Amino acid sequence: MKTRRLDNYGKINRDKILSFSWDKKNYKGFEGDTLASALLANNIGIVGRSFKYHRPRGIFSSGVEESGALVTIGSKDRRDPNVRATTQELYNGLEASGQNAFPNVNFDLAGINNYLGRFFAAGFYYKTFMGIPPLEWGKGTAIWMFFEKFIRKAAGMGSASGLPDPDTYEHAHDFCDLIVVGSGPAGVAAALEAAEKKLDVILVEQDSLIGGNQLAENDFDNSQIKNQLENLGIKIMTRTTAFGLYDNCVVGLLERVTDHLSAPNVNIPRQRFWTIRAKHIIVGAGAIERHIAFNNNDIPGVMTVNASKHYLNRYGVLTGKRIVIATNNDSVYETAHQLSEAGANVTVLDSRTNFEIETNKSFEIRKGYVPYNINGSKKIDSLDISKNETINKSETINCDQVLLSGGWSPAVHLLSHRGVKPKWDYNNACFLPSDTKENITMVGSSRGLWNKNDCIASGIAGTTDALNRLGISKTNYFFPKPGGWKNPIQPLYEVKYKKSRSKSFVDYQHDVTTDDVRLAHREGFISVEHLKRYTTLGMANDQGKMGNIIGLSLMAELLNKEIPEVGTTVFRPPYTPVSIGALSGRNVGKHFRPLRVTPMHQWNIDHGAKMIEVGLYQRPWYYPKENETLSDSYIREASTVRKTVGICDVTSLGKIAIQGPDSTEFLNRIYSNDFSKLQVGKARYGIMLRDDGIVMDDGTSWRLAENEYFMTTSTGEAAKVMSWLEELLQTRWTDLNVNVTSVSEQWAGVSVAGPKSREVLNNCVDDSLVVTNNNLPFMGVTSTFLKGNIPCRIARISFSGELAFEVYVKSDFANTMMDLLWANAKKYDGCLYGLEALGALRVEKGHVTAAELDGRVTIDDAGLSKMASTKKSYIGSAMRKRGVLKNNDREILVGFFPTNLKETFNAGTIVCEKNNIKGQGIGRITSVTYSPELGHWIGLGFVKGGLDKWKDTNLVGADPVRNKQMNLKVVSPHMIDPKGERMYA
Amino acid sequence: MIRINCPYCGERDHSEFSYGGDATINYPSLDASEKEWTEAIFFRKNIKGFQFETWHHSNGCRMWLVVERSTVTHEIKSVKPCHPNLQKVVENNK
Ligand SMILES: [Zn+2]
Repeated sequence: MKTRRLDNYGKINRDKILSFSWDKKNYKGFEGDTLASALLANNIGIVGRSFKYHRPRGIFSSGVEESGALVTIGSKDRRDPNVRATTQELYNGLEASGQNAFPNVNFDLAGINNYLGRFFAAGFYYKTFMGIPPLEWGKGTAIWMFFEKFIRKAAGMGSASGLPDPDTYEHAHDFCDLIVVGSGPAGVAAALEAAEKKLDVILVEQDSLIGGNQLAENDFDNSQIKNQLENLGIKIMTRTTAFGLYDNCVVGLLERVTDHLSAPNVNIPRQRFWTIRAKHIIVGAGAIERHIAFNNNDIPGVMTVNASKHYLNRYGVLTGKRIVIATNNDSVYETAHQLSEAGANVTVLDSRTNFEIETNKSFEIRKGYVPYNINGSKKIDSLDISKNETINKSETINCDQVLLSGGWSPAVHLLSHRGVKPKWDYNNACFLPSDTKENITMVGSSRGLWNKNDCIASGIAGTTDALNRLGISKTNYFFPKPGGWKNPIQPLYEVKYKKSRSKSFVDYQHDVTTDDVRLAHREGFISVEHLKRYTTLGMANDQGKMGNIIGLSLMAELLNKEIPEVGTTVFRPPYTPVSIGALSGRNVGKHFRPLRVTPMHQWNIDHGAKMIEVGLYQRPWYYPKENETLSDSYIREASTVRKTVGICDVTSLGKIAIQGPDSTEFLNRIYSNDFSKLQVGKARYGIMLRDDGIVMDDGTSWRLAENEYFMTTSTGEAAKVMSWLEELLQTRWTDLNVNVTSVSEQWAGVSVAGPKSREVLNNCVDDSLVVTNNNLPFMGVTSTFLKGNIPCRIARISFSGELAFEVYVKSDFANTMMDLLWANAKKYDGCLYGLEALGALRVEKGHVTAAELDGRVTIDDAGLSKMASTKKSYIGSAMRKRGVLKNNDREILVGFFPTNLKETFNAGTIVCEKNNIKGQGIGRITSVTYSPELGHWIGLGFVKGGLDKWKDTNLVGADPVRNKQMNLKVVSPHMIDPKGERMYA
Repeated sequence: MIRINCPYCGERDHSEFSYGGDATINYPSLDASEKEWTEAIFFRKNIKGFQFETWHHSNGCRMWLVVERSTVTHEIKSVKPCHPNLQKVVENNK
């Protein structure tokens, strides 16, 4: 093949020369080129190697359906694999390279696969490596896992950079009355008509220029159309693909903002991901030309007819010297004429025998002829042709290019996204869009109209349809009938060539041949969905835009059915690939999810806190001194709390204000324990169950006044509990007069714990009498003032088991409170403590948290049976004793010690009986810590039957993930101060 | 991409809401039998077509709503507050 640039053709800007590199060699192109047109202008024919057989591949198309010219653009962290060279605009300095080849696309060592073809037939990987004899013997999976990395390397296309993406991406939203997809004659007519009728219109075009397939015409100029559209206030979005349609007229768009620029501006995003909410959608997405399956139909130099027209008239590139066009329809003749005018020697093989076509005889037409074999390997040497498809008498034509047109497939993809099945049209040998009740109208050649006037008429009809559906008008309209060629198309999908090792490609990118389809059928894959998955036909990133219909026709022939009976696979979004970067938008790195900090966040950091994420919250983890490790630090902190006093930020707990005359009744219904007699000025620990009797959350509720409570929840369940309370009040108990308000952000909370906590607090409150043992007994609550006239709420609540208080102030006073408490705590050699020490203290006491209350645990499992009232009914009371929840071998909360006290263990360890170490064992360890008080590691967790059953038994902790095993004994979960005397001090 | 017309906030994207569940269940009284509760909690119809379901405007006004939605097309026929008093307020303001 000899491809070259012509002087008098094309709409490229020849004043602006761009240099680019292909496989590290430098070339020149012009502004307005795509990478594909520039490669062709430089006579580069081989641009890739195929997926399985590593056959040389060239450029098949001029658009998004490309399945051969997939290349890698850029380098280092901007390396972008599997880019279609046909849609990549050329820019100065563009670096491109071929992929799936070693050392390069011209000389690829893996090309040997081509000669091992019979081993690579449909289902090859499954059959060979996933458990077919002799590799079976129950080891199929292991063998697959061993070979997988080699296979992936051999079969993969381009590879991602593996480096962080340096570009930014944006999510954007817009609204309009009408969105028009596609700027061909139909789309433009629809947009103009709608704008004239005062609709707010967005026109979307995936190309850099508006015009659609008119850009392939030699006399087309879009400047006037552009002015018209702009004058009517239509928002034109070029380089923007409508990749998917969703419910309620939502359209997903991908706008490529800087992909065509050599030096992207760092202040603008590379791509924008748009969500457009329209009232109506008009799709004029055009149609895609199909190829024809015959032997060696993938040799570089094979192309669709329409693509060669594009290259000639848009880019000024003549794609061959001696060109054979093989077709079954009228659409090729204008191109044939123009190619011969441009200097090529053109022959048209038309499979039809009876038809009339007007030509100026500048090229030869061979009626009734079909191609059946290309001779050549890296380029086309000649084409074997035959009169009719049975191939009895043949001849050979010397040529360097073969252009194919097996008919056109309307782009019904977007409609298919909405679950609307297309219907087969026998006359035009294609699927046509069906009507839908949704506000979507298909226009132009995407509804099977082949000539321009029909397309324009359909655009105007489409807008009338939209206006009627929106209730703006009630005008009659009609769409032109599908078709528009003078002579009917004659279906031609495959020309069979019965020679061994022949390869007729259906899906170029995935190397699926007609024989693969037949083999799949022989092996019983007769549903089109199964066929697709087994052969991977249509599963490459072009999604079978060119090859699907050929595959279906083969299947139909094998099943002795018609194409519509075989069905079509459902197209799913995206229409063309969408980068992960665009999907994530700005939600990357620190912005991946919202960050919540407490009002004393900076104070904590200023005082040496190392932070940890808990849900969305940043909480102090530990406060290391000098060279302390995490472990040094938390052990010191926990010991200090037990010895003197510690201060811990507990603001992340959920806080809910419960107000109204029925508040007490409400709490009494949602908590498992009794709240009917809680006095004003007292707090109570409570457990909430779900409807099904499983524990939902625990926390405390403080009675501040007759009709007012202050509830705390766990950090993780705060939002869920709030929604739950609202649901109960708004849907089930609508007679209760109660109001709930989330006040989590309004109050800053701190725990002051340890034997010296009362002294510290005493120094911090205005009136020192309020915190005496008499005035504030265990579980007492008071509203008072910190020094400096700061209003606060104090409750004597203990999570650590020590004498302890929770103090809450309005969030604005958080830093002042911390300064005050810390200044006084230091006087008693106190410390600041974080989540790790908090965890150690609560594990020692056997207090449960989210690690234990994991949505499977009942109140009895957690050893809290005494919290379940027998004197009242409450949420979950009917269900907590049901069936399986009554079994006596349920896992019950216990404590664990290592038998050898010098040993350690981890959370997640499976607890087993000594001679039966397997499966899920008899229990599990959920939380572990070093206990400063006991001087060894301890754990909390569950074991079937609980402490009573295993008290004196030696058990084994199996930790297969860490390859560890240790001997364990089960102890009471209350590992220190079991009677709980300290907190009453 | 469902849009729900919240009676208080107006038409909003479904990402502002959280799905609740079947809005037609009559929850038994708290002292009802285990059998009655089992029926209420675990047995659900799998409706093809319009069903009444609850949605919580969790990132909006926090109202619980009854939404009449088609499980096939996502078409929404009606939206009203779950709480009867709020329903009355909405009716009176129409
Ligand atoms: Zn609302």
